[in-house]
Amino acid sequence: MLNAKIPEGPLQDKWRHYRSTAKLVSSANRNKLQVIVVGTGLAGSSLAASLGEMGYRVTCLCFQDSARRAHSVAAQGGVNACKNYKNDGDTVFRMFYDTIKGGDFRSREANVYRLAECSANLIDQAVAQGVPFAREYSGYLSNRSFGGVQVSRTFYARGQTGQQLLLGAYQALMRQVAAGSVSLLPRHEMLDLVVIDGKARGIIVRNMDSGALERHGGHAVVLATGGFGKIYYLSTLAMGCNGSAIWRAHKRGAFFANPSWTQIHPTCLPQSGDYQSKLTLMSESLRNDGRIWVPKGREDHRSPNEIPEPDRDYYLERRYPAFGNLSPRDISSRAAKERIDAGYGVGPLKNAVYLDFSRAIREQGKPKIEEKYGNLFRMYQKITGVDAYQQPMRISPAAHFSMGGLWVDYELMTTIPGLYALGEANFADHGANRLGANSLLQACVDGYFIAPATIPNYLANEIKTGPIPIDHPAFAESEAAVRERLQVLVNIQGKSPADHFHKTLGAVLYDKCGLSRSQGGLKDAIGKIHSLRDQFYNDLLIPGGIDLNSELEKAGRVADYLELGELMCYDALTRNESCGAHFREEYQTPDGEALRNDRDFAFTSAWEWAGIDKEPILHREPLDFEVVTPTVRSYK
Amino acid sequence: MRIQLKIWRQQNRSKSGQLVNYDLPDVNPDMSFLEMLDTLNERLVRQRERPVEFDHDCREGICGQCGMMINGRAHGPLSNTTTCQLHMRAFRDGDTIYVEPFRATAFPVKCDLKVDRSAFDRIIQAGGYTSASTGGAPEANSIPIAHDVAEAAFDAAACIGCGACVATCKNSSAALFTAAKITHLALLPQGKIEGRQRVRRMVRQMDSEGFGHCSNTEACQVECPQQISVLHIARMNWEYNRSLAM
Ligand SMILES: Cc1cc2nc3c(=O)[nH]c(=O)nc-3n(C[C@H](O)[C@H](O)[C@H](O)COP(=O)(O)OP(=O)(O)OC[C@H]3O[C@@H](n4cnc5c(N)ncnc54)[C@H](O)[C@@H]3O)c2cc1C
Ligand code: SF4
Ligand code: FES
Repeated sequence: MLNAKIPEGPLQDKWRHYRSTAKLVSSANRNKLQVIVVGTGLAGSSLAASLGEMGYRVTCLCFQDSARRAHSVAAQGGVNACKNYKNDGDTVFRMFYDTIKGGDFRSREANVYRLAECSANLIDQAVAQGVPFAREYSGYLSNRSFGGVQVSRTFYARGQTGQQLLLGAYQALMRQVAAGSVSLLPRHEMLDLVVIDGKARGIIVRNMDSGALERHGGHAVVLATGGFGKIYYLSTLAMGCNGSAIWRAHKRGAFFANPSWTQIHPTCLPQSGDYQSKLTLMSESLRNDGRIWVPKGREDHRSPNEIPEPDRDYYLERRYPAFGNLSPRDISSRAAKERIDAGYGVGPLKNAVYLDFSRAIREQGKPKIEEKYGNLFRMYQKITGVDAYQQPMRISPAAHFSMGGLWVDYELMTTIPGLYALGEANFADHGANRLGANSLLQACVDGYFIAPATIPNYLANEIKTGPIPIDHPAFAESEAAVRERLQVLVNIQGKSPADHFHKTLGAVLYDKCGLSRSQGGLKDAIGKIHSLRDQFYNDLLIPGGIDLNSELEKAGRVADYLELGELMCYDALTRNESCGAHFREEYQTPDGEALRNDRDFAFTSAWEWAGIDKEPILHREPLDFEVVTPTVRSYK
Repeated sequence: MRIQLKIWRQQNRSKSGQLVNYDLPDVNPDMSFLEMLDTLNERLVRQRERPVEFDHDCREGICGQCGMMINGRAHGPLSNTTTCQLHMRAFRDGDTIYVEPFRATAFPVKCDLKVDRSAFDRIIQAGGYTSASTGGAPEANSIPIAHDVAEAAFDAAACIGCGACVATCKNSSAALFTAAKITHLALLPQGKIEGRQRVRRMVRQMDSEGFGHCSNTEACQVECPQQISVLHIARMNWEYNRSLAM
């Protein structure tokens, strides 16, 4: 029943073929059509701006106080694009292959190929907007290599690539706001999807400043609401990142794909106390010169500089001699967890490993290291108070990116007609593990190039629909349900703040549905989440009412996480193999490497909501590899 | 460490506000300033009191959403640092800390420490973009840009839109914010084409939002977390005068 609508024909012709045959809406009809875009990150801003430029009427919202603050702003490293400026043999096919392999052969060939195909145009678009990418002295654009691929295809803007790309998209968006084609609603949170006769027709949102509920109707609704890694509480995401919009859509019928596949990034700052609310990412580029180690002895209380070479275990170099400290993210994170769990962790909470620059400083000199990483060393010192030129950094893995998300077809449409999901909110391109610098790309390509071509194919049949009536009973029903849910939360008046439940849930997920999973652990987690949900509805405490109230905002998000977390565990439990970020302890080689099972598990899991306290229903989208042959991903 | 807080509490735009005292007997110096406020809020919630509302999101110094006056300084005692990157080790045991919202006519207080900075969005809306619609862009390397020009444009483009420059300025001027965007685009060939209209429109919008005039005290660049230089203001003025002359 799942139809991915992949166009016929050879891989390299599919997208061109699609665009040549998709339906169009004539420019005279576009202003009769309203599109709602939830989210102003790279995916949402770029789509809303592009649709506005084409002449559609767009409503666009975000929960931050300005569109420019969406969490895309925090991406540091860079954005991949296949330009072959370095003449190092990069091609669309090579980029496609790297991404499929990096995703451990669990993504759709046609989508990934299109991602690589559209990548070059993104750089052109961003440069035209004035995005100040790094340049060579010749005046031409500069590239670096990123995340273990053999070519240099990463474009970057100092350590602020996401910020600069987002400002480009935000400015394009503001231009459309000024032109009157986009109406922008910051500090508005989507709390439900409205479905009429099986089609997405609008949303219910809450004005977070006044508490008022509003109805917005549209001929199509787009969710570009980013990742939900904040479900783990401690993560590299922003405080407000959430899964609520896609979860509400899921409960209205949109299937949720691969929910448990979360990238846990190896180089983050460790937790220093339980007051902590977020973990800061340190750029992966540090692993180019830093060496990762822990002491060989369990109870070694010496300061790192006093531990002599023979007493150090450079475990990545030991286990993965070919890639060493540059092993991919999933592998590096898992190896760190293995050492920490075995009792070799360092730091006051014994929850970290060392990232040591002493050899690089000795060999290259401090000025060279300062030139490469000066800003990161300063940031480290600001946060921890420690000088990393003198002492190794302490790092630990943290939840970072959701490969899973709403299931979408080739057109980025979910299983609800007229509802689309873009950017990190969908599951489409990264398989079981995302390659560094590919997700800024995906968010941009989805928003600038793909959705503006696929949404009209749907809207072409909506020209005669007329304005969406927001007094329709379906709007009234959704609004009443939202109001009641908020009131229920406020009325509980128990003893514990929302954060308490969020922290507990996060700890359960890290432990049982994080870097390493097992059948017993996952079943245990499902039970724990059930009882945590019961406690939440008995013991939650929100002071104040349903007007401006940040505790209510948090509680609403946690309520959704308590359901989504359970689905993640079901997802991990049914996948009896290890692939990418999903490592099931039962499925490993004798030396502890992931054991993928292509015969039984070469599919995408797409989950259907069955009701609260009911087991979700699994649908499978088979992954047909027509062009590549899945191989074992080895980094030894 | 023990910290006394005096925090501005104001329920909404129309009510008046006041400083309220809070005593935190056990603050960990490794906490960030916002984590210290989180801890206070957790206590307030448990006592069924309304927590202190403040803006924040990324907590890594890049989104520009956090910002408050701490002991009279925008973003607190450290220069060029956002509030979320400030840690309690910057204070001493026994300190009393005054925490107030950014104050400016153009930034009305919404609730406690939250202010409305949408005037900044409207300044960008007035012209802080290139009119490059999706699809029409030429090959990226067809427009070479000298390395130092690109770097200088970046220095200006780095603004995070936090509003500290306005809050710290005795005239509540938005000159640093506006000038940063004007310089970013004026330096690049892509941005030059619309340069003349841009500077006029953005400056007109800035004035109509109720921001004050720049009187060159240079206080803004001391607090600016992105170290945006006041030299950009000089460039904005130059671009503005040139646009009138042309
Ligand atoms: C610290 C960090 C560093 C990263 N570095 C890189 C990198 O170097 N390279 C790379 O390729 N990728 C990187 N990534 C990943 C990449 O940044 C993200 O995947 C990508 O930016 C997501 O863009 P998006 O548009 O999908 O979502 P976001 O930018 O997260 O935007 C989500 C939008 O949805 C809105 N929203 C969410 N929920 C609601 C709701 N319920 N109601 C209303 N609005 C809502 C938000 O307000 C926001 O506007 C990094 C991620 C992090 C966290
Ligand atoms: S110029 Fe500096 S202080 Fe002003 S808004 Fe930009 S980053 Fe903040
Ligand atoms: S919270 Fe984003 S800059 Fe401080």
